Amino acid sequence: MKRLAILIVALVVPAFRPAPADAPKRIVSLIPAVTEMIFAMHEDSRLVGVSNYDRFPPGVEKIDRVGGLLDPNVEKILSLKPDLVIVYATQQELQTRLERAKIPFYSYEHRGLPDITQTVRAVGARIGSTAAANRLADQMDANLDAIRRSTAALPKPKTMVVFGREPGSLRHVNASGGYGFLHDMLVIAGGVDVFDAVKKQSVDASNEMILVRAPEVIIELRYGEPMKAADIEREIRVWDALPSVPAVRAHRVYILTGDEFVVPGPRIVEATRRFAETLHPKTR
Amino acid sequence: MIRRRLAIVVAGFGSFLLLVCALAPLAGSTHVSLTRAFDRSIPFADNVDAQIFFIARLPRVIGAALVGAGLATAGVVFQALLRNPLAAPETLGVSYGASVGAMIAITLLPGTSIAGISTVPLAAFAGSLGALAIVYALSRARSRGMSSTVLLLGGVVLTTFLGAIVNFIQYLADFTQTFRTVRWLMGSLDVGSYGPIVAALVPLALAGVGYATLPRTLDLVTLGPDAASARGVDVARAERLALVSASLSTGAAVSLGGPIGFVGIVVPHLVRMMVGTDHRLVLPGAALFGAAFLIACDLGARTAFAPVELPVGIVTAIIGGPVFLWLLLRRVR
Repeated sequence: MKRLAILIVALVVPAFRPAPADAPKRIVSLIPAVTEMIFAMHEDSRLVGVSNYDRFPPGVEKIDRVGGLLDPNVEKILSLKPDLVIVYATQQELQTRLERAKIPFYSYEHRGLPDITQTVRAVGARIGSTAAANRLADQMDANLDAIRRSTAALPKPKTMVVFGREPGSLRHVNASGGYGFLHDMLVIAGGVDVFDAVKKQSVDASNEMILVRAPEVIIELRYGEPMKAADIEREIRVWDALPSVPAVRAHRVYILTGDEFVVPGPRIVEATRRFAETLHPKTR
Repeated sequence: MIRRRLAIVVAGFGSFLLLVCALAPLAGSTHVSLTRAFDRSIPFADNVDAQIFFIARLPRVIGAALVGAGLATAGVVFQALLRNPLAAPETLGVSYGASVGAMIAITLLPGTSIAGISTVPLAAFAGSLGALAIVYALSRARSRGMSSTVLLLGGVVLTTFLGAIVNFIQYLADFTQTFRTVRWLMGSLDVGSYGPIVAALVPLALAGVGYATLPRTLDLVTLGPDAASARGVDVARAERLALVSASLSTGAAVSLGGPIGFVGIVVPHLVRMMVGTDHRLVLPGAALFGAAFLIACDLGARTAFAPVELPVGIVTAIIGGPVFLWLLLRRVR
């Protein structure tokens, strides 16, 4: 009994302490999603380097840039004297070099939606702010659950989520398949993925496939440069080339803009809510 | 004699092409009811079968035919001009010139269009003509003593150089643009509408007019420029016309389908194997067989791994690579 009590104390107490003395103080994050997580835990003062692709939240632009997935700038990373580098699991070469330089690193992988809150907790534990991380993760889980409950009883439209195509035409349409966080977000938001059966993150959707799958709603994601309203209107009309598709007939083709759809960090909750509002306009 | 042989070649390859053309729109990842597709009593907007047939499959088949014919005939002309069996749009750097154009359009002019046509095919067309202008300048130098092997080597260097530029543009682009450019480089015939086909028809028709005048001069040029000029052929002028025609047809093909490999190199060899070296037979044969070959490859791309599709460039490479190696071995024996 006494041993159990000690165990509980050992497990629980660290969670309520401020960052321990041996927690990393100079963190470099090569992953925009993790950068956003660290900001959301209010630990951004410890971030000394971020990737070239970090655009959010405000304040991130003041932090030094250290390259990206394919081109991490090792010299720059070393010069920042980090005591923790957050890298992609696939950045094997960078990991070897960090090992040689005796710099600890945290290896990140992104998969489905449930992995996002898990990553929040794991990163929090690694940087010694378990409590803040758990609070954030619990909040995200609760909010996602609330969205799931709000759409549970509603009809589930067959939906195609498009995250890329050649502008002005229906060539090279990339849609979300039955795997990955975009797919999971769609399910929580109360939609059925038309490519549910294709267990890939991305499906090359030919015109024939779109006609056959007959989505009732098409949600197209645009990120990067902001779009003018007229451009959005014009790009929606491009879909008129496939008039038998129910989404086109019912004028249920939507273009949602913002990079929160492609950064699997804390803003994924807001992105899922926008999916839900798009799929079920009355819940607004 | 030649008329009869031409008639046989056209009839033979033509009926093969017709057969492929008739089969390809019927096959796909889903079954289409032809009676429903052609039933005029159902409004087109409600008729899924008709839309699959007319919007998804027919433009693909037509696009594949044009791209296949364009690449194969350009390959014939390049091989005759350079008197080298390795000459083709992809080995002379022309495909990569088109790629550089497309990359620039995708990454630097995202979402722009001119007269309703996306800037991507327009830039690809311009890029292929640019690369051919360099090849042409090299060929002009050839008349001052540069061999066709050197010209081909120039093409290889140009390909590598333009490949590096493609990499450079991809490196500068953001992740999603890189994804699109990589996909573009694999080639695709899902053209989505008839607009790009009509746009590609203009340069292809011009190339066809050029080709019509070529066979005899090509036959003579194959014998060597000296032999050709001895028989009263203005070699420089004939070469110019041949290069311009082949550029137009390559540019149109690559802008429509992306840099689809091996069609321009394998089809001319296969056709010559079947009909001999007379260009009056090789050119029309390559046009018909190239069209049929690419339609068949695209059919494979659409159906092999249904419901997902393969990029057609992968299919042509998987078929064309081994076929070409086999041709090489055959020549050695």
